This record gives sequence, structure tokens and C-alpha cells, in this order.
Amino acid sequence: MAFLQISEPGQSAAPHQRKLAVGIDLGTTNSLVASVRSGEALTLPDTKGRYLLPSVVRYLDDSEVIGQEAKQQASIDPSNTIVSVKRFLGRSVKDIQTAYPNLPYHFTDSLSPVMSVASGDVNPIQVSAKILNELKSRAEKTLGGELQGAVITVPAYFDDAQRQGTKDAAALAGLKVLRLLNEPTAAAVAYGLDSGQEGIIAVYDLGGGTFDISILHLSKGIFEVLSTGGDSALGGDDFDALLVEFIRQQSQLTGELSKSLHRVLLDKAKEAKEALSHEPVFTVQFEDDAGKHISVMISIDIFEQLIAPLVKNTLRACRRALKDAELVKQQVIEVVMVGGSTRVPSVCQQVGDFFQRSPLTSIDPDQVVAIGAAIQADVLVGNKPDSDMLLLDVLPLSLGIETMGGLTEKVIQRNTTIPVAKAQEFTTFKDGQTAMMVHVVQGERELVADCRSLAKFTLRGIPPMAAGAAHIRVTFQVDADGLLNVSAMEKSTGVHTEIQVKPSYGLEDSEIATMLKASMDNAQQDMQARMLKEQQVEASRVQENLQGALDADGLFLLSTSEIQAIEAGISRLNELAKGTDKDIIKAAIQQLDKLSETFAQKRMDQSIKRAFSGQSVDRI
Amino acid sequence: MNHFELFNIPVSFDVDLSTLPQTYQQLQRLTHPDKFANGSEQDKLRAVQKNSQVNDAYSVLKSPLSRAEYLLSLRGIDLKHEQHTIKDTVFLMQQMEWREELADIADSSDPLGVLESLEDEINQTIKSDLAKLKSLLDSDHAMAEQNAANIIRQLKFSYKMLSEIALKEDVLSDF
Repeated sequence: MAFLQISEPGQSAAPHQRKLAVGIDLGTTNSLVASVRSGEALTLPDTKGRYLLPSVVRYLDDSEVIGQEAKQQASIDPSNTIVSVKRFLGRSVKDIQTAYPNLPYHFTDSLSPVMSVASGDVNPIQVSAKILNELKSRAEKTLGGELQGAVITVPAYFDDAQRQGTKDAAALAGLKVLRLLNEPTAAAVAYGLDSGQEGIIAVYDLGGGTFDISILHLSKGIFEVLSTGGDSALGGDDFDALLVEFIRQQSQLTGELSKSLHRVLLDKAKEAKEALSHEPVFTVQFEDDAGKHISVMISIDIFEQLIAPLVKNTLRACRRALKDAELVKQQVIEVVMVGGSTRVPSVCQQVGDFFQRSPLTSIDPDQVVAIGAAIQADVLVGNKPDSDMLLLDVLPLSLGIETMGGLTEKVIQRNTTIPVAKAQEFTTFKDGQTAMMVHVVQGERELVADCRSLAKFTLRGIPPMAAGAAHIRVTFQVDADGLLNVSAMEKSTGVHTEIQVKPSYGLEDSEIATMLKASMDNAQQDMQARMLKEQQVEASRVQENLQGALDADGLFLLSTSEIQAIEAGISRLNELAKGTDKDIIKAAIQQLDKLSETFAQKRMDQSIKRAFSGQSVDRI
Repeated sequence: MNHFELFNIPVSFDVDLSTLPQTYQQLQRLTHPDKFANGSEQDKLRAVQKNSQVNDAYSVLKSPLSRAEYLLSLRGIDLKHEQHTIKDTVFLMQQMEWREELADIADSSDPLGVLESLEDEINQTIKSDLAKLKSLLDSDHAMAEQNAANIIRQLKFSYKMLSEIALKEDVLSDF
């Protein structure tokens, strides 16, 4: 198949005709964009030579400031400056305020985390989209063209709601997501390909707001995640919070602090944390709300004592992850360190002690994730047709459904390799029941109340029967991005329902479309033009792939009349795609898909059989 | 295509675990959705579905318990969704003994040591059950399938005990 692609006209592999793709590390504290140029993955700097974009957005009346400038203004305009928004993705207001009680933002809704800022109301997905958009335009300027796609990294521990939020933010920013990739896997890619290692690798990722541990098996270009663990609400920000608390205690700052003083203290705490990674003592100086000058001395010993319980929590998670992978720590051949917080020397040392080997730190821990993502983006966009790299991720948290009494029944266990599909059968408990509620949750605990509620949906149109006679088969399909899709079918009648699972605190597709429209000038027209173009691109993709498939396997797998039918469908789509009605094109694509469904399935089975028959010939 | 066919191996309880991972890798390269990143939406969807079967098949074939259960399901005996009560009193007595031992672990002077010997004992039981399972699944005796089903049910309890022991060990050896 690779041969066909290369020989196709206009698809030469000349460097200037490479497709542009990037890897984006959408971080809690900082975000980065990287791309493979001349065979090397590099992070792309802004015009001032800075590659880190602080994940901070300041909203003014009719514009936004993003990055370093916004970060500098955070303490003078805290309520309009959204910092570390990643922590809020896929979370309810209650979750957020419990975890971070001192936030300077005005939440306007009691459930969904909508924040009131100078220009109006914004939600975490929109804020994340601003950051992604900034990186996208940086990349397009640097690379000199439109991006064909992006690999965006997420913490391995992100649940469905958080992943969906990330993907929606990318859609809002106008990015085509090639894959959501787990940050630790990306880091392993950045190291693994360079050193060409084989064996078990542990990736310890302590970022600003999240901690992940992943255990991977590397073999012949395949990165297989065996287990993951961690805490999506533990990171360097918590080190800062502990330092702020310490400074407050030492300077007897009791009671409520002004929002700006709180921000000043946070900045001072970060400064202290960074200084203490190379100095034994640091003195914090500031003025309190009454204008009184205060100075607090912090020694490295005190800092290490403060963070010791948190570091211990991370090591506990490492041990659990090893156990889940049925390995012992002696089998680990390398430990990869990721995330700015691994710069804290005592963290690095304790991780080294735990695994009994010195961790790898040769790639900048801030850049390693983006670099790995760029390498995969380059492969996925099609610049390296001969690459044998393949990344197999796992589901980080079990998926389940609510059963009687508020208990969870697990449908897919955590650490299952994705994509994965599992079906579950339900029945009615009343005579004549025609609808049924299904509540999908994610988490490890037995009580539904202790897990994250992903979605509730109602299965309707069940034919009225005696209690227990209807058999409803609900299929849970998780794709390679870790996103869930649910479909249901009543078995006796074959009635089929697709259910789109939208997390409780995310956005509906229609809301995304509305926001996209609002974000464009000449909204209506541009939007229509863009959607038409998308359908036309998809149509030509379908035609090319199908024609290629027919040329390769048509005669072997199909009858003459079947080939003719598909070819007629292709030329029909070809004609319709020249038109301007996107709905007609879409319908034609669907029709052709249906027409070629059996052929495509036969082809895939054939490719498997062919691979094995080649193998047995080798053995003979 | 059933799981065995997908992995190009005979339908049997005996599986060569040393070659299984290689076949798995090969199937991944052929079916993973990332290999269809530039394909049409339909191609991607199909890859997701086929690849899901590859993943499911691998996890089923890898473990002897799920492999045996799957073999029985191919022969029309579905243990997944059943409500079945075990009536074997010897086995039930054994279960109760193990559970009591696990519950009393906190009072022991050497809880980790007790857990370890309990683990050894259960592993022995599992080993002999798996051997019985193998001969039952190979046999064409009329009762073989029902007896195999019973052993699978018992094995599920034993594996559950093992995971509970692991949890206890986790709590006890916390640092």
C-alpha cells in the first residue's frame, strides 16, 4: 500500500511538499508546539525566541492577551486572567471550588464552569481554544503554510470528559486532531526512537497540575502502554499552594487575603520553588494588604518537608502501576522524567531511589512531550509511510454503568488497551416498558456517587413486552483517543439507536458550531464555505482510497458487477462533489460507504490472511 | 472470524504464549486506526472496530481463564451473563476458610507472611484446576463441558481471592 501512495502523482516526498503537522503539548502551566523539520523534531519559538507559551489568557473588553504578557498581568487583573485552565476542563464548578478554594474567578453558573470576564462569559473549552489557536498561528507562520493536522497531548489520567473537552477546544481553534496522545507515551517516543531501546520503560510525569505514571513496553517500534496511574489533581501548583500556606503562617496573614495579594504570594512561591532547586535558602519579600513589608525565609529542608507527603503519593502510584502491569521495579530498564516539577531535586532523587536507577533527563522535561507528539504527528499525517512506529494506549479509568442501589457495574476495566468495545445486555423490569435510563460513569469506586458521571441517556422505542422479555444490547466503544461512544440495539426487533455521549460539563456539538461561527468574520458565509470544503476533501479522500482499493484487490475479491456498481458510485460522488451543496455530498459519501462496506471488510480480513500466509511460507 | 482464527491458531485450550505477542503486534500494524489516519471516516471507523476485536481477542487468549470461558462460549455455553449458584460443598468450605483467614489478617503477628502462604495455597489450587480444565476441554465426554464450566466458576472465585489479597498487601506494605 505504501507503494501506491508514493507513486501517486503530486505526492512526491520532496521536502518542500511535506504535509505540515505539529505536536501540541497543551499544558497546565505552559503550552508548546513542535514540528519535525529536516528530520528533526523541534519546538517552535515565537517571534521573541520563546518556546514556552504560558497557559494564561487575559480577557480585555474586546480582545485577549495570551501567554507571557497575560501572565505578567495576572496579579493586576486576576479575575479576568484565566491561569491553568486545564484544571477546569470537564469539571463542575463544585469540583473546581472544592479543589481550589481561593480562585479569583466569578463563576456565573452553579454547575458548568462558566467564568465572567471583561468581554462576557467564557468556559474552559473556549479558554483552551485561545491557547491552541495562538500555537496554531505561531506554527503556521513559522512553517509557512496551513496545518494539515495536530497531535495534542493529554495526561494519561484524563477521563472521558477531560479528553472530550480538549478535542472540542481543538475543533474551536480550527485544528484537525490526528490523535489525542497520552503525555507519557509522547515522552517515551521522544526518548525511545533516539536510543532504539527495547524493554520496560517507566515514565514519571509531574507537571503543573497533574501527575501521571505510565509503564510501557517497547518492541520493534511498538510502544505498548501496560498500565497507567496517577492523580489528575496533583502537581507543581500544589507545591506552590503549600508554600503560600507556609508564607501565610510565618507572616501571620490570617483571614481573607485580597485577590491580588494572593496572586503575589503565588508568584513569590513559584519563585522560591525555582530558586530552591539550586540554592539552599530563599527569602520571600512582599507587602501585605496594609502596605507592611514582610520577609519570610524558606530553607530547602522546609520545602522538602512540605512536599514530602505529595512526593510519597506519587511513588505510591508508581508502585500500583507496576503491580497493575504485573511487573517488579527491577524489570524497568529506563525511567523517563517529564514535566517542569521534576526539576525539583528531591523529586528526582526520590524517584531514582524508588526505581533504583538514575532517571533520564537529557531532553528538557518541558519540551519532551511536545517533541514526542511532533514525531507522531509527522507519521500520522503521512510523511513517513515506511515508519513502523505504533502507539498503543490504554483506558486510564474503568467505565461502568449504574445498577440498582447506586452501585457501579464495570463494563470496561481500566488499563485495557484501546480501541476497545464491550457490549452489555439490559432488560426491562416492568411490563410494557418502552424506555430505559442508562447512566455511564468512569472511575474505580463501587458507589456511583464516588465515580465521575459521564452521561445519562434514555433508550427509547423499546417495543412493549412482558418484563424481562426485551433484550437491549448496549455497546460501549472507546476509540484510540480514549473517547467513548455508546450505541444500543433491541435484539428481538433490531431497533438501533446511536447515543452521542457528551460529558455533563462539556459542550454540545451545536454549541461548538455556534461558537465557531461567532469566532469568524463574515460568519455565515465562511462557515458554509468551510463546511463545504470539508465535505469535498472527505469526498476526494473516499474516492481516492476506494479507487486504490479497487485497483489493488477488486478483481480478486469482487464480481464484475460489484466492481461496476462501486465504480458507478465513485463517479457519481465525483460529479456531486463539484457542486456546492454540502448535504448532498455528505449523503453521497454515506451511500458509497454503504455500497462498499462489504468490500472494505473483505479487504481487511484479506490483508490479515495474507500477512499470515506469508508467515507460514517463511516458516516452510 | 473468531478470536482463534483472527490470531491464526487452532481452536484449543493450548495456546503458544511465546508467539502470541508477535501475532498481536502484526495484527496491530494491520488494523490500528492510526494506520488509517489519512483514510475516510468510514475506513477509520472500521479500523476502530476491527482493532477492538484484536485487543479483545488478545486479552481473552492470553489468560487461561478467559480463554476457557471463550472456548465454552464457542460451544454454546455462555457463562458471562449467568446467575449460577455453586453447590460443591467442599469448594464452599474452602472458600469460607480462606475468607475467614483474610478477614482475621489484621490480628496476626505476621500479616504479610500469612498473606503470602495464603497466596501460595490459592495458586496451588488454581494450578490444579487449570490442569483439570485442560483435560476436560480436550475430552469429548458428555459431561465434560458442564464440568469445565463448574471449574471455571470456581477459578473465578480463586482469582478474586488473589486480587483481594493483593489489595490487602498493598494496604499493609504502604510506606
